[in-house]
Amino acid sequence: MNLAELDSDKLLAAFRGLLLSKGVLAEEELSRSSAAMDAASPARGAAVVAKAWVDADYRARLLDNATPAIEEMGIYLTGAPPLGVLENTPDVHNIIVCTLCSCYPRMLLGYPPLWYKSAGYRSRAVRDPRGLLREEWGTIIPAETKVRVLDSTADYRWMVLPRRPKGTEGWSEEKLAGLVRETDLIGVTVLPEAV
Amino acid sequence: MSFAPGTRVRVRDAWPELEGPAHIRTPHYVRGRTGTVLKRLGAFRNPEDLAFARPAATIPLYHVAFEQAEIWPENAPGDEFLIEIYEHWLEAA
Amino acid sequence: MPPETALPETAPGRSHHDMGGVTQFLCAPIDKEHHELTRFDRQVDALRQVLAIHGLFSTDEMRRGIESLPAEVYDASSYYQRWLFSMVKVMLEKGVVTEDELRSALA
Repeated sequence: MNLAELDSDKLLAAFRGLLLSKGVLAEEELSRSSAAMDAASPARGAAVVAKAWVDADYRARLLDNATPAIEEMGIYLTGAPPLGVLENTPDVHNIIVCTLCSCYPRMLLGYPPLWYKSAGYRSRAVRDPRGLLREEWGTIIPAETKVRVLDSTADYRWMVLPRRPKGTEGWSEEKLAGLVRETDLIGVTVLPEAV
Repeated sequence: MSFAPGTRVRVRDAWPELEGPAHIRTPHYVRGRTGTVLKRLGAFRNPEDLAFARPAATIPLYHVAFEQAEIWPENAPGDEFLIEIYEHWLEAA
Repeated sequence: MPPETALPETAPGRSHHDMGGVTQFLCAPIDKEHHELTRFDRQVDALRQVLAIHGLFSTDEMRRGIESLPAEVYDASSYYQRWLFSMVKVMLEKGVVTEDELRSALA
């Protein structure tokens, strides 16, 4: 049976219908899984970042072992692969890619964006990372900062802890979180040096 | 066999893909290359077997750093790749 | 070209999905617009999650199924189409659904 030759919508309807009618799975389980994914979003990642910026002990726990640190915030990653967080510093800038597929911290950040899954991103992120960031996102990494590309292809999922902009001293976690974008958490953009 | 942080390791220059259906987590561009163990990330069941629903041994997983320019000379000197690699793909360099 | 300057991508064993640094894709456009998932995408995603929870479909099996797609199908398919093809393939292999059942359901 050549699946790719079939109409995909019909294939999905037939396959999904079969699994339901045979009792392999139930409609409620599907709804529950979609709802769990809908609860994940870059805003969750941003909240984790903001807490790490204001609380040095939390930051240390997050960098040491991210999954329990994130669960401390009431965000449960049960069943998801272990999560690692890498910190950007003046010396190192981290970028996440999955050249083999599209591994992404989806239980925290939600569905991966289309660009992350594209062949262009997957190939160029390792071959010309500085050029990719500059031309696609306008992100310039200074020559003295090491670019570290994480090819996330195995059992962990990875997120970047961006650098906190200057001029944000005394801000609330909520206000800080508002600065952080999805692209900052993957390392294709950086926050402004100062706000 | 176990690799401490800082150990220089070589990734096996193996191509199981040529021998039949395979599921490999080691990207092609680091095979046969030498890198440095950054840390041990724990141990996981071998995905090469799990992918075919075969019994799978639990294998240590390491974060290994590679110099980018040693693989693609146009990449900036000093920039690195950091990749999760299972122990059975590594040998002491 | 001497062997030491051969690009990694020329290794005969490299699979199509192993795209890191592959010249053919370096200039492929990268669509940075935000795209909401379609109903199709959401349904495929949910099926994969629930089959995984039931122990019927691991990430490793899903990836193996995607990686086994011919290169031209891989490139021509959307992300969630690849997931669907892999999921159906592996469920057929395991007998969770049979080809006869699927044919009847498609008719």
